Amino acid sequence: MSVSAPRGLASSGQKLITEILHPLSAAEEQLSPGPDVSSSSSSSSSVGGGKEPGLTNGTPVEMSNPAPASQLLNRLQLDDDLDADAQDLTETRDLFVTVDDPKKHVSTMETYITYRVSTKTTRIEFDLPEYSVRRRYQDFDWLRTKLEDSQPTHLIPPLPEKFVMKGVVDRFSEDFVETRMKALDKFLKRVADHPVLSFNPHLNAFLTAKDLNKRQGLALLTKVGESVKQVAGGYKLRPRPVEFCAMGEYLDTFSQKLGTLDRIAQRILKEQSEYLTELREYGAVYSSWAGSEEQLQRPLEGVAGCVTTCCGALEDASENMSQDFLPVLREYVLYIESMKNVLRKRDQTQAEYEGRLEAAILHKQEDRTPIPVEVERCQDKVECFNADLKADWERWQRNKRQDFKQLLTGMADKNINYYEKCQAAWESLITVLQDKQTEDKTSETN
Amino acid sequence: MRPASSADSSQMMMADSGSSEEVAVICNTDITSTESENNIINTMVERGTALLRKMEISVAEADKRTGKNTVNMQETYTVYLLETRPADSVPEGGTPAAPDTLWRRYSEFELLRTYLLVTYPYIIIPPLPEKRAEFVWHKLSADNLDPDFVERRRVGLENFLLRVASHPVLSNDKIFFLFLTEEKGWREAVLETGFQDKADSRLKSLSAMLRVKNPDKRFTALKHYSDELNTVISQLLRVRARVADRLYGVYKVHGNYGRVFSEWSAIEKEMGDGLQSAGHHMDTYAASIDDILEEEEHYADQLKEYLFYTDSVRSVCRKHELIQYELEMAAQDLVYKKQQKEELATGAVRIFSLKGMTSKLFGQESQEQRESKVAALEQSIQEGEEAIKEKNTESQEFVQKAWNDIERFTAQKDKDLREALISYAIMQISMCKKGIQVWSNAKECFNKM
Repeated sequence: MSVSAPRGLASSGQKLITEILHPLSAAEEQLSPGPDVSSSSSSSSSVGGGKEPGLTNGTPVEMSNPAPASQLLNRLQLDDDLDADAQDLTETRDLFVTVDDPKKHVSTMETYITYRVSTKTTRIEFDLPEYSVRRRYQDFDWLRTKLEDSQPTHLIPPLPEKFVMKGVVDRFSEDFVETRMKALDKFLKRVADHPVLSFNPHLNAFLTAKDLNKRQGLALLTKVGESVKQVAGGYKLRPRPVEFCAMGEYLDTFSQKLGTLDRIAQRILKEQSEYLTELREYGAVYSSWAGSEEQLQRPLEGVAGCVTTCCGALEDASENMSQDFLPVLREYVLYIESMKNVLRKRDQTQAEYEGRLEAAILHKQEDRTPIPVEVERCQDKVECFNADLKADWERWQRNKRQDFKQLLTGMADKNINYYEKCQAAWESLITVLQDKQTEDKTSETN
Repeated sequence: MRPASSADSSQMMMADSGSSEEVAVICNTDITSTESENNIINTMVERGTALLRKMEISVAEADKRTGKNTVNMQETYTVYLLETRPADSVPEGGTPAAPDTLWRRYSEFELLRTYLLVTYPYIIIPPLPEKRAEFVWHKLSADNLDPDFVERRRVGLENFLLRVASHPVLSNDKIFFLFLTEEKGWREAVLETGFQDKADSRLKSLSAMLRVKNPDKRFTALKHYSDELNTVISQLLRVRARVADRLYGVYKVHGNYGRVFSEWSAIEKEMGDGLQSAGHHMDTYAASIDDILEEEEHYADQLKEYLFYTDSVRSVCRKHELIQYELEMAAQDLVYKKQQKEELATGAVRIFSLKGMTSKLFGQESQEQRESKVAALEQSIQEGEEAIKEKNTESQEFVQKAWNDIERFTAQKDKDLREALISYAIMQISMCKKGIQVWSNAKECFNKM
């Protein structure tokens, strides 16, 4: 049974953090998807871009289109240094989720899209082994908020952008819906693969409840969530430990670079659009010229045709940029913001602990009483938070690497594709033009 | 426009050069655009006139000179080195003999061309490359002393000479031969031909608004076509320049990726190398547009040649109009004179004329006076009839020679422009291949991230 790179590990369930070896403390390697290229890539968006999301329960799903050679190469070239012991992790996966099948719902009040969320699991926390429910974006948003609130020490994966400018983007166009759906699928899979988040009761509700609306009112907080929520403010902030400083700095710089990338991409789109306008007119002039020629009519029409083909190819490439590339960049910017929030919460937790500790020590010197339980609890909180964060950070870095590898490779592919289309058009024109030449030559000798 | 029938053109060739060699067919899409352009030149050379069989002609270099101009001011101008050598001077495996050389400036080429225009009004005279750079896209310099412009002009001047040298009629012109061989004496020789006088009247004809009663439909159609071609090529060149501008922008912005990837790679561990190398490829991509667009200028030059050719075609049509007009005027004049004679002979005043009025007012002329007038008129009529006959012959000759050349030109135009389109397509393919290469390289780097 070979499945593409899973995220999950043996579930840590509800055991105390201190009791189990943190699952991510060992250097976890990226899984090589192996030569099984027929399996659906939906479970890991890290592998050459998913086409049809199918259920990955170990049996490879047949793709409706055979993977193009470039995609095959993508997968085979991924991370040669991957370890086989990462394979063990796949064996223990017991929760599989998929988002697919978008449908439009029209009511008097509003029009919206719902997606089918399918679950397959052997976990006891679930009553049934399989579920299939329909959810809309709002519901995903609810889930994420709940996760953030209830698991504040963890990094929650990002959602695709909530707001889209009406009139600029068609919320119901196939492409937009498809892009959004893929992002939602990625989000849910990441949550399901997370050793802690996947056990969150809100996730359970999201995956199983027939009618989520009724359950949205529930406030289900985990122990950790409760305690972190009750972090008292007003404590003096302490210097961040080195590793978290580094995190913060990295996030700041990275966010900046993403912003620059976004601007560059938008600028390219703008230039391309202007180029396209001129190119269209250019093709039209050749057509018009063809009208006043006899022998040259076909060659000129041919050129006009090539130019038109190139215009079409460029349009596709640009569309792709704005639908696949830019949204992911923006997703990450939002993600980084939420991560910085988590870092700040961590800082506050640390501040509370050290504040209380200082106070206790002062007290102790006078009284010779042992460290109060309060302070110990705070210490637990801090250590827990730090451990969760560090583990999630590693995981986040891996995901980020995969995401951007995929994103940039995709961008390169689109460009290659565009040039290939154009080249083909011009090459076929030359054949036509040179054939004509041969014709003329032979007729002249006769 | 009636397309040239192959029989006509080969016959024409036969008559003048006796050569009916075929040019090798190009079926290889890997040939570069410069090769394709050379094929046009090779065609001219191989289709061979007597002149080209005798000598090889080239404009090898350009150089700057300074000197005093007509208003005694220092000016810098460019001169071009014109090389000629005997055609069969290269023995097997040997080195070619040193060519004969002389220097010419652009204004001398202009003088030669004006001479040809006047002397062969029924021939579509090849155009010179533009005096000033036009239809430029923003990065290209419009400066006449810019080395790229000078280089393209050098090529254009060589092309002009080869066009003339491969023309069945023009290649035999003595003045042209002197232009190629006599650096100093040429100017005198061309002025001695007295073509300047004809030039003035020709200029007049070109600008006059002539109303021809029975225009030759073929020439009307040709003029119309020529105007259309002029319009459409101008449009094409304008839009092409704008397209080039925009494409330049697209490529250059990608250079920014290079910088940001580099900065980003500094904060990454495993992704760093891949990003950094990919950044270099983005820089390469951005830089590649300069060469691409420079090469495209060749294509623009080929179009420009035919744009300027339309002026020559127009010239020929106008000249024909002038001849036609003169013919009509002469015929009209003859009719008038005949009527006058009749009038005098019969005494009937049919045409209102001042003479008629005065004679009515001041009395009839004497018999003698009338008879001498009639005789003078008869003389004039005879002369008029002869003049018309001459003019008719002139016109017919003109029409025949002109249509010969028009057919030759049409075939040449169709062939050359098709070659130009092929070479343009080749350029596009090359650009696509470069693009694929760069992005594939970048993709490899991304894969290593």
